[in-house]
Amino acid sequence: MNRENRITWINRLLLPVLNVLTAFAVTAVVFWLIDVNPLEAAEILLYGAFGYEEGIGYTIYYTTNFIFTGLAVAVAFHAGLFNIGGEGQAYIGGLGAGLAIFMLDPTLGAWLFIPASIIGALLFGALWALIPAYLQAYRGSHIVITTIMFNFLAASLMVYLMVHVLREMGQMTPQSELFPTNAWMPFVHDVAAGMGYSIEASPLNLSVLLALVCAVAVWFFLWQTRWGYAIRATGKNSTAAVYGGIKPKRVIIVAMCISGALAGLVSINELVGYQHRLVMDFHLGYGFGGIAVALMGRNHPVGIIVAALLFGTLYQGGAELAFEMSGVSRDIVVVMQGLVILFCGALEYMYRPWLIRTLAPVAQQISAAGVTV
Amino acid sequence: MTMKKFAIELTDIDKRFGAVHANNKVCLQVTEGNIHGIIGENGAGKSTLMSILYGFYQADAGQINVLGNTYIFTDSHHAIAAGIGMVHQHFMLVENFTVLENVILGSEGGALLADGLAAARKELTRLGEEYGLKVNLDATIDTLSVGLQQRVEILKALYKGAKILILDEPTGVLTPQETEELFRIFAALKQQGVTIMLITHKLREIMSITDQVSVMRGGQMVAHRNTCDTDREELAELMVGRKVLLHVDKGPANVRAPLMTVKRLTVADNQGVERLKGVSFELRAGEVLGVAGVSGNGQTELLEALSGITPLTSGSVQVLGMEMDAKHPLSPDILRELGLAHVPEDRHRMGLITEFSASESALLGYHTDASINSGLWLSKAKVDANCEQLMQAFDVRPADPHLKSANFSGGNQQKLILAREMERNPEVLLIGQPTRGVDIGAIEFIHQRIIAMRDAGKAVLLVSVELEEIMSVSDRIIVLCDGAISGRINAEDADERTLGMMMANALDPIDPLQAMNDAKSSSNRTAQELDL
Amino acid sequence: MSDLLLTLLLTLDATLRVSSPLILAAMAGLFSERAGVVDIGLEGKMLAAAFAAASVAAVFGSPWLGLAAAIVASCCLALLHGFATITHRGDQIVSGVAINILAAGLTIILGLAWFHQGGLTPALNNESRFLSITLPYAEQLAFIPVLGPIYKELISGHNILVYVAFAVVPLVWWVVFRTRFGLRLRAVGENPKAVDTAGLSVIKLRYQALIVGGILCGIAGAYIGTAYNAQFTRDMTAGQGFIALAALIFGKWRPLTVMLACLLFGFLDALAVRLQGVQIEGFGVIPVQLIEAAPYILTVVLLAGFIGRAIPPKAVGTAYVKER
Repeated sequence: MNRENRITWINRLLLPVLNVLTAFAVTAVVFWLIDVNPLEAAEILLYGAFGYEEGIGYTIYYTTNFIFTGLAVAVAFHAGLFNIGGEGQAYIGGLGAGLAIFMLDPTLGAWLFIPASIIGALLFGALWALIPAYLQAYRGSHIVITTIMFNFLAASLMVYLMVHVLREMGQMTPQSELFPTNAWMPFVHDVAAGMGYSIEASPLNLSVLLALVCAVAVWFFLWQTRWGYAIRATGKNSTAAVYGGIKPKRVIIVAMCISGALAGLVSINELVGYQHRLVMDFHLGYGFGGIAVALMGRNHPVGIIVAALLFGTLYQGGAELAFEMSGVSRDIVVVMQGLVILFCGALEYMYRPWLIRTLAPVAQQISAAGVTV
Repeated sequence: MTMKKFAIELTDIDKRFGAVHANNKVCLQVTEGNIHGIIGENGAGKSTLMSILYGFYQADAGQINVLGNTYIFTDSHHAIAAGIGMVHQHFMLVENFTVLENVILGSEGGALLADGLAAARKELTRLGEEYGLKVNLDATIDTLSVGLQQRVEILKALYKGAKILILDEPTGVLTPQETEELFRIFAALKQQGVTIMLITHKLREIMSITDQVSVMRGGQMVAHRNTCDTDREELAELMVGRKVLLHVDKGPANVRAPLMTVKRLTVADNQGVERLKGVSFELRAGEVLGVAGVSGNGQTELLEALSGITPLTSGSVQVLGMEMDAKHPLSPDILRELGLAHVPEDRHRMGLITEFSASESALLGYHTDASINSGLWLSKAKVDANCEQLMQAFDVRPADPHLKSANFSGGNQQKLILAREMERNPEVLLIGQPTRGVDIGAIEFIHQRIIAMRDAGKAVLLVSVELEEIMSVSDRIIVLCDGAISGRINAEDADERTLGMMMANALDPIDPLQAMNDAKSSSNRTAQELDL
Repeated sequence: MSDLLLTLLLTLDATLRVSSPLILAAMAGLFSERAGVVDIGLEGKMLAAAFAAASVAAVFGSPWLGLAAAIVASCCLALLHGFATITHRGDQIVSGVAINILAAGLTIILGLAWFHQGGLTPALNNESRFLSITLPYAEQLAFIPVLGPIYKELISGHNILVYVAFAVVPLVWWVVFRTRFGLRLRAVGENPKAVDTAGLSVIKLRYQALIVGGILCGIAGAYIGTAYNAQFTRDMTAGQGFIALAALIFGKWRPLTVMLACLLFGFLDALAVRLQGVQIEGFGVIPVQLIEAAPYILTVVLLAGFIGRAIPPKAVGTAYVKER
């Protein structure tokens, strides 16, 4: 590895690690503020996430959601757009999955149901991102505000549909009928049992494979196709992109639709893979978590998987923490999300001047190499 | 005769920006009450020097004396307090404020505007009458003509007590009539004892209005003259320099059919100001057409319009069998497919993506090419191979496709872009400033490649501010000034003096010499058709 | 006839109460954006302020102390935003989003730790809240036709922060358009270079704008937490910070029109409450969710520019860097 590459890796790795550690450090301060020993909290958290089989299952199950939304935000970021609408896109994606399932004859095979639900989720998720994308590209409407509005609209729409249209007959709870069993994504513990291994039951289902496939697909799309190239070029330098014959308006719409589609897949994990029916609020927190995951993972699928695992750990560990300590709720994870977005996003380069000074001999190369992926 | 004080005395001012030595031990003495011109080409260091004087930058070394006192300006505040006022090339005005509001910004005279505004109004009306700087104080800036906006900038400086007024390229944006108005104002200011420093490249103005003139070139102050003791020719020579012509080996041009015909091309910017005014010319296979001119006279707009980046306002361009006009634009990807390649002037803004690796920058514009794509897949191996081939062909160093584009030297970046655009065998090649920031060895190489394209029967449009480059590489030359063609000449008949004068629009509008040259050229157009 | 008048008055009355926090937040956003800094974090600042106000009011029994705490909390977040975007030139949108999420999480965590009520703050008794103020002679003048009821129902009877919100609008107008500070503020948002060359500090001006915004958001939050409601609940701002932004854009960054835009949103909300359960000929009952969604739909429609294109301050969104 030559000198320049070494410097770039210091920047690609050192700065992000420092930023994440800072987020952790501030979280520790928050724990201290609410009279909780940070180390004790960390211990409970890690135990909850990895200490027992069911916990591990939950951790990976949550990680799956974060992979989807992290990829979603990352694709949009590569095009230079900030997609905050992951919450709404995930919710509406669920509508698409549910509708696809309910439209099919229950006697059909799983090989039809599951792909159909996936397509439904992708389509509806993309649709929910299409309007804000169009408004940004052609009317200049700020995509951040429109996607946030669409989050609220998704909530209103889904409440209405769940209460009035899709509700299971004769029931009070706003949730749909159960999906036919052929439309259930197999649980990992069931698959394992079929292969002779016994694992504790958990919501973990084969959607995790779908998430990994998506990660590979996103990597391939962004770095191994001409459309991915067009998206990345537009995000880095739209003037050069225009020079290169790329049409930024088109890129905005395509990137946002892909982003929305990926977010929509959260519903496959949650609904097709676990709840087996349409329920309300299954999407909460994953959209915003996706922002933190994307920023921490520096918008690259590998980093995103690592960051998603971290947040899955926090989610499950946070639940354990809330269970063990009455004074702490899962919202501590939300605080961590905010801190990660702050230090890995807004204050991304905070440590750079200090790093340059302390690593003075290689200072010149650092400034030239830059930081971003 | 009483000795006049020096209004400004700069001693050994030195300033570097990284590797660029913008000001190299510059010395300057401006007599009080004079109109003093500072001329030089782009990149000569004039703007940097003035920015130091105005406190926008700090000099690395050297001394600044204003009216006898030594100063160190850490920001504009101090410079203003010392009596220096600056009218920038790009106005520092708030577009939706009124004239009055713009003038008092920073010198409001109190926390509440009402009193400050009333006092300012009185003072500005007085200044307006005294110097002939009449402006409607309640008009908003965006409703004013450029000439009037400039007046506001001058008023601003005077209101803040400027005794020395620096103007950076003031007439570049003015019509001839507005320029006359401005000179009248200068005369009035001079009468009141205001010292004026005029930064410009326009020799005719220097000759008509200044008392003394200093010439900068390549970061250095190279000459100092009393205006009455010199003339345009001498100044042109000093400004441009007597460099040894880089010898380019080239045989006679084998000119064939026109591949691009430009008819009355007009391009207006976002504000509706025409940047290109009815330009017409032909570009033929087997020739290099050089476009000379000081930067900012429409060259960028020309290149961007011809390559499909900017839409035309009016006029038409016929290229490689297709026609584009205001109603039927052709986008850059379509033009590329037709066989038009474009090396942009600004490689950082447009030519490559600094964050991308060399491989990916080498792909820009050709990422949809069938030879690199296999169906869905844009294989990294092929992309790298493409880059390696380009790097080898043009000797780009280091020959590492994975190195970030920003980490290559300017010359190597430029070579990579040229390789990218030339190696695909285009029929028409548009090139802007090909050797800007490129070392001597690479310059020669690049020039040879351009000639090779021309010899292979391609049409090349070469836009450059470097006169030797234009003269040695081109077969025919047109000169752009203020968005229009101010001169056409064959390369063999051109010399620095003539071109310099055309660039500064110093030649009279209808020059009999010019008309003769054009009649001699191999084109069979009449002078009328060419809008002379 | 008087029944209709009464219904109208009550609806308008509700409008004023609902619009107040929007107006305050929008004015905060106005200062910030006029200076060139995008503030997506209005929502988070209001939420943090609501929590601070409700907590301190509950503990110390004084709504005024709560208001002070709200302003402090909001200003802290404003300074954080400034630190990230002005000093470190970070992305203004990312910073705003981070602040919103931080506020959402921290308010619950701290609330749980301090009050052990699942994230809620204790319900405030009347001493600890801002209560309605009956303006002088409201009852006595009620007999005057039309004007009397207007005075009694519509104008009198609000808590002090509502009056403050509406009083802030002309004050903001005056500061922005009639003072030196306002002139410089507007200049910084349009052309920071012009300000720099005039010898003024772009950084200082932007920080000052953010702090003013912080104060206004603090008042808005205190209103939500201790006046309109009697305690803090999870995510109680419910998107009002973003609606305020939309009102700001729709009102073209001018105090009076922004206030009118906020009133429009408030009116829609109040109308929504009125229309709940009401039957419409041939259509049935309007779904309550549609009415709840109305402000958000309106926001999107406004931003889509179907009712005129909005041109923001020229330099908004970009950090100021002295160019070479």
